[in-house]
This record gives sequence, C-alpha cells and structure tokens, in this order.
Amino acid sequence: MLAIQVLINALVLGCLYACIAIGFSLVWGVLNVINLIHGSFIVLGAYLAWGAYNSLGLSPWYALLIAAPAFFVFGYLLQRLLLNRVITAPVLVTLTLTFGLDLILNNAMIYYFKADYRKLILNPPTGSISIFDVVVPVDRLIATASALALTFLLYLLLRRSKVGRAIVAVRLDRDAAVLMGVNVKSIYAVAFGLGAALAGCAGVLMALIFPISPLTSSAYLGKAFVVCVLGGLGSVSGALAGGILLALVEGVGSVYLGPAHAVTLSFVLLIIFLVVRPQGLLGRKGFE
Amino acid sequence: MTRTNVALLVLIACVAALPLFGDAYALRLGTMACMYAIFALSWNIVGGFAGYPSFATAAFFGLGAYTTGILMNKGVPLTLSLLGSLILCLLLAAALGAVLLRLRGHYFAIASLSLVEVFRELVNNATDLTGGGMGLNIPLVSGSSVLSDATFFFYAMWGLLLLTALVVIAVSVSKLGFGLNCIRQNETASNMVGLNSTLYKAIAFGLSACFVGAAGGLYAAWVHYIDPSDVFDILYSVKPIVMALMGGLGSPLGVVCGAFVYLGLEEVVWRNYIQIHSGVLGVLIILLLLFLPHGLISLHVGKIWRGLTGRKAKHV
Repeated sequence: MLAIQVLINALVLGCLYACIAIGFSLVWGVLNVINLIHGSFIVLGAYLAWGAYNSLGLSPWYALLIAAPAFFVFGYLLQRLLLNRVITAPVLVTLTLTFGLDLILNNAMIYYFKADYRKLILNPPTGSISIFDVVVPVDRLIATASALALTFLLYLLLRRSKVGRAIVAVRLDRDAAVLMGVNVKSIYAVAFGLGAALAGCAGVLMALIFPISPLTSSAYLGKAFVVCVLGGLGSVSGALAGGILLALVEGVGSVYLGPAHAVTLSFVLLIIFLVVRPQGLLGRKGFE
Repeated sequence: MTRTNVALLVLIACVAALPLFGDAYALRLGTMACMYAIFALSWNIVGGFAGYPSFATAAFFGLGAYTTGILMNKGVPLTLSLLGSLILCLLLAAALGAVLLRLRGHYFAIASLSLVEVFRELVNNATDLTGGGMGLNIPLVSGSSVLSDATFFFYAMWGLLLLTALVVIAVSVSKLGFGLNCIRQNETASNMVGLNSTLYKAIAFGLSACFVGAAGGLYAAWVHYIDPSDVFDILYSVKPIVMALMGGLGSPLGVVCGAFVYLGLEEVVWRNYIQIHSGVLGVLIILLLLFLPHGLISLHVGKIWRGLTGRKAKHV
C-alpha cells in the first residue's frame, strides 16, 4: 500500500513539477537562454495568488486569469527591451544577465514581502479524499489538474496556432525560419512571455500547496533544471516525463533514504543524465 | 614574460604594502580583495583560457573551507590543512573535470551549477562530520591581538594570490595555455591535430579549483565559523564571472583589476544600501553586460595604453 501511495504522490507532484519546468524548457529550447529568473517568477506568481486571496478575496482560480496575461506582458517587455540586445552573445552573457535580473526581482520581493514564510489557507479547507488506504488532499489534486490543463493548453498552442508553429520553427532552425518570413525577435519575445506566464501560473498553483517565501525561488529553479535535463529540452511531453520521474525519484528516495537525501539524489541524477544521456528521456539526439 | 604579466605582478606587489597604511578595516578589505582576485584568476583558467562557462567556484570554495575546518578541528595545523584542501580540490576537480567537461555550453553551465547544490546538500546531511546546518566552529589560530590576526590572514591570502598569479602566468605561457586557447577556439580541430583535450581540460579544471579550495580554507580559518549556506553560496560562483567580464575576459591582469573594482563597488553598495544591495548589484551586472560587454580593458584607458605601447590589444 505504501508503494501505491508513493506512486500516486509522485504522479500528483510530477505534474506540478512539469508545470514549473515547462516555461523554463520553452525559453531554453527556443531562445537558447538559461533563464535564471524563472524561480523568482514562480514565487511572484505565488504572492499574486496570496495577495488576491487575502486582500481581495479572489479565489486562486481567478488569480490564474490575472497572472497569465500580467506575466506574459512582463516577460514580453523584458525580452523586447533587455534580453534581445544580448541574445546572440555566448551563454555566459545571457546567463549572467538573467542572474542580474533575478537578483533585482528577488531583492525587490524580500524588500516588499519580507523573507517570512507565508501560506495561502483556503477557507473552508478542501479536505482530502481517500480510496482504500491511499490519501490525496483535494487542493493538491485540483492544482495538479490545473497544471495538466495548462500543459495541455501550451501543447495545443504550439501545435495548432500560427504563432505556436512559428515558435517551433524558430526552435528547429532559426535561419530557415527567418527565410520563411518569421520575425525572430518578436517570436523570441512571445516565447519568453509564454515562459513567464507559465511560471506565474505555476506559482499560483504552488501557493495552494507550498509555503511562500522569496527564499524558495532557487529551489523551484533547481527543480526546473532537473526536470528539463531528465525529460529533454523544449518538448511538452519531455517535461511531463521529467517531472514525473523527478517526483518518483524524490518520493522513493525520501522513503528509503530519508527526506534529507532527496535533493542530493535528484541532482546526482541530473549530473548522471547530463553525462550519459544529455538529450533526456524523450529528446532526440542532435536536437538540443 | 609579456608586459601585462609584469604589470600584474607589480599590481600584486603594490597590494602587499597595504598594512603599512591601513587599520583592521582596510586589512579586511585587502584580504577580501586578494580572495576575489584568486577567484577571478582561477575562474579565468577554465572560463577565459578554455572558454568553458564554469559555475563551480562556490563548490570548491565550500569544499576547501570544510576540509580545512574539519582538519583543524581534528588538531591538524593550519598549513597542513590548507595543503589538504588544495590537494583534495585539485584531484577531485581534475577527476570531475574529465567527466563534466565533455559537456558544452549550456549543459556544462548547468552541470557545474548543480555541483554546488550536490556539495552543499552532502555537507548539509553529513551532520556528524560537518555539523550540518548548525555550521562548524573553527579553533582560533594565533589568539593574539585583532590587528596582528588581521595582518596574518592578509599576508596569508596575499601569498596565496601571488602563488595563483604565478601559476596562471606559467600556464598562459606554457604548452598547456596554448592548448587551452586551441580548445576555446575550436575543440574539434584541436582534437584532430592530436591535442589530448580531455587531459588538458581536466588539468585546467583541477588548477582552477585548487587555489579556490585553499582560499576557502583560509577563509574558514579567518572567520572561525562556516555554514553550508554561507560557503556554498551560488554568488561565489557568479562573482568571479562578473569580475572577469568587468575586467576583460581571458587576460589575467584584466580579471584581477576587475576583481578589485568589483570589490570596491560591492563595498560601497553594501555600506550604503544594505537592504537593497543585491538588487543594486543586479542593476550593475545588467548595465555592465549591456554597455561594457568587453570589460574595462576595452574602455578609453585601453586605447590610450595601446597607443602608448604601440601594440594591438590581444583579442579574446
């Protein structure tokens, strides 16, 4: 029974991890930028949900509707005004630039929200359901369903819409996309905006489950790293596979080695994957 | 030996005169300056010469700090403990480098970043040995007055800086430095002409880690208390990169100047805007990257210098 509980927990948590990582993966895949500000975007989204609930009384589902466009515009402008200027520079420069942005955003959050841990507590509580001996909290279940829905929305967008096809085209071959009349700079900005919007929405969902503090941003960023490398870059299905694998490893590791070693285990797995299979579980070779 | 290398040694020699003028505060700044210069010079071996964007500085800084801390708690004298840190970091980094430096670009960056996380978590969980999150106290070395203590650690750090600079200069004029340059320019081609790039990269990674490790050990003995979130701070990985970008990537003189300028800026920001200092640092980083991508050396001073010496600046 313990094994089934661990498995269910991993599935529930894995979809959330996928949601954390998918925006990061999109930006890395399309723009070739390691976006270190991603973790702070997630925390900012969580604060948005917390603030909307506690001061305006808006439920987190409405906060999702606010977060998505707000973060999209924020990310779009950031890319348009700052990142597009150095987008062709080597990884060192783009990475350090996003690190600088992260320092600013994180410091701003510590300044305004303080570093205290807060928690969004739904009133009335949603409780939990148990089937046989397997217990799943309802709020976690709802967050997972929303995460899956968001992931599916992104999948549809990339598959069906014109802008989505353009994003995929830029990812596959930037030069060919330019020749086909795609405005690469604006696609970059759209992709970065989408990444930010997904991070913001992921943050709203995280607020339902985890405590909120600016100090947690690096933990989210670390999860995004691991999921991307495990699953493979840029693909929606890869992020899902990576997320579930990470949650499984953490769950099994926590049960058999103790929770303290779960993070170590996930990063060791990351390094092993990088060395042995850098294209990830579902990535194709030479596609990175 | 080229003119810039002589200039580097002269600069370092000038720093040694600091105790003649300074009080304990100036000595503390001087010690930090030497430490930052060691970081920047070390990072430059892998990041500047070989062109690999390494974020592993914090990993080896922390490892060195904890090695020295644990050894000193077991009664080993400071010098031997530092040597232990240096050798451990050299060997471990060379072994890890042989594996990790197969990765390129973003993948190497992520792997080296994760190294910091792995080391931090290992130290965090090995509570019996390291004290875990409670941190580790390190016994006092000299036990004499504040000023003589400060002077001692300043000269120790300075000596380590001098050693680092000499090794870096030796690397840059040797076959190893030439090989690393080739690897940066075109790794596939250098493999084709028979350069053992794995060996070269492993040595470079080892060298870039060992002095950082020793500096970490000195830092631990200097501040007497370390904890994982302090010495495995990811900022220690990013700062050397900012210094190198500030000073001019690849040039040892440039990165040392970058380190000193960076420390000056950091101290001013820290003293005046304590609550928002990391945000101000972020703004500085962004301005630097947008408006001065080739470092201070590319400024007018660089042009004047070139005009005076009649030589073309080495392009990196």
